[in-house]
Amino acid sequence: MTITHHLGSETLLSFAAGTLPSALSAVAGAHIAMCRHCRDELVWCERIGAALLEGLPAMPLADAEPAVASLREAGPPDLARLGGNASNPILRLARDDFADIAWRRIGIGLWHRPLPLKGQGALQLIKAAPGAAVPEHSHGGGELTLILRGAMSDTTGRYVAGDVADLDEEIEHTPIADAGEGCLCAIANEVPTRFHSLLARLLQPWHGL
Amino acid sequence: MVSDWVSLRARPAPKVSYSAMTELLARIAQRTDPAAFHELYQSYGPRVKVYLVRRGVDAATAEDLAQETLLIVWRRAALFSSERGSASTWIFTIARNLWIDRLRKEVPWQELPAAHAAETSPEPLPDAVVAESELQLRVRAAVAQLPAEQKRVIELAYLEGLSHGEIAARLGLPLGTVKSRVRIAYQRMRAAVEDLK
Repeated sequence: MTITHHLGSETLLSFAAGTLPSALSAVAGAHIAMCRHCRDELVWCERIGAALLEGLPAMPLADAEPAVASLREAGPPDLARLGGNASNPILRLARDDFADIAWRRIGIGLWHRPLPLKGQGALQLIKAAPGAAVPEHSHGGGELTLILRGAMSDTTGRYVAGDVADLDEEIEHTPIADAGEGCLCAIANEVPTRFHSLLARLLQPWHGL
Repeated sequence: MVSDWVSLRARPAPKVSYSAMTELLARIAQRTDPAAFHELYQSYGPRVKVYLVRRGVDAATAEDLAQETLLIVWRRAALFSSERGSASTWIFTIARNLWIDRLRKEVPWQELPAAHAAETSPEPLPDAVVAESELQLRVRAAVAQLPAEQKRVIELAYLEGLSHGEIAARLGLPLGTVKSRVRIAYQRMRAAVEDLK
C-alpha cells in the first residue's frame, strides 16, 4: 500500500490533543493504523503535549502508597476501554473484509451505511460503483475520507486505498469513483454535509448524508 | 540544586529529566520497583492532576484520574518503548485517553504507545534512549520559544481541551487563522528538530 495523501498537521495536532470530534478521530485513527508516516508525525504531536504537560505547575496530590493500595484492590485497569485500534469500527469491518454490511442505496451506483458512535460528528461507509459520483457538496466543518478499497478522484487529486482526504469547510468537490473497481470509503463529517443541487438537497433527509 | 525559597512554595514537582524517567520506567518494568514508582509518581502525578483540572475536571476526580494514570504506567511499564516517545509522551497519552473516556464519555480512538511497542524490540538500545531524551528536550525548547499567539492556540488545544472552532470563538478569530497558527507552530517545532531526524 503506497499512501500519498496524509492527515494535515492541524488534524494530527487535534487528534493528539484529544479535541478532534469523535467521528473524525475514528477515521484519523484508522488511517494512522495504516500509515507509518502519520504514526510518526502523531508522536511529534504527542511530544508537544508532553512538553506542555511537563511545563505545568504542580498541584498537591495524595501520597502514592495509599492511592496505589486502594487502586490495587480495584483490580487491573481496563485498558480495552482506553480505546485505540481494537475498538475502531472501521478497522473491525476491514478485518472482516466488509462482509455482511447492510448497505442502503442512496443514488445511482451509490450505497451507504451509517456507523453510529458516541460523541460529535457523523461517520459512515460509502460504496460507489465504478464511475459513480457523489453529488457536489461542501462542508459546514471538517471532513475526513479514508479510502478502504478501490480509488476515487476529485479536484484535489486521486486517492487510493489507505489515502485520506483531509478537507476543510472551504472545499467544494464532486468525488468520482474509479472506472475500474469503484470505491469503498469511510467518511466522517464534523457537521452534516450540504449538497448544492436542489434535488440532492431534497433527497438529503432520506439519505442521511 | 533546589534553593530554599523554591522549596517553600507549594509542593514544587522536581524538574523532569528524561534519561532519569526512562531509567525509572526500566526499574519499574524489570523489578516492579516501588521506590522507582514513587519517584515517577512524585514527578508526574501533580502535573497530570493540573492537566485534568485545566481541562475542566473537578479536583477530586482529577486526583483519582492522576493516580489511575500512574497506576497504568506501573502495570504497563514492561510494554514501554522509547521508540514511541519519551516516558513523558507515554504518560501524556494515558492521561489524555482517560480524559476522553471518563469526561467526554467517548471512545478514545488514539492508540496508546504500548500497543505499538509490541511490534518492536522490548529492549530499547541505549542510543535510542539518549536520542529520545534529546528530541523531547528540543521539543520542550521549541514550544517555549513559540511566539505568544501561536503558543496560546497550542495551549488552548492541549491543556484546555478546546477544538479549533472553540479556540476561534474564545479568541474572537476566524477559524482559518486558528488553523494557520496551529500549522505554523507545528512547522516551527518540526524545523527545530529537523537535524535530529
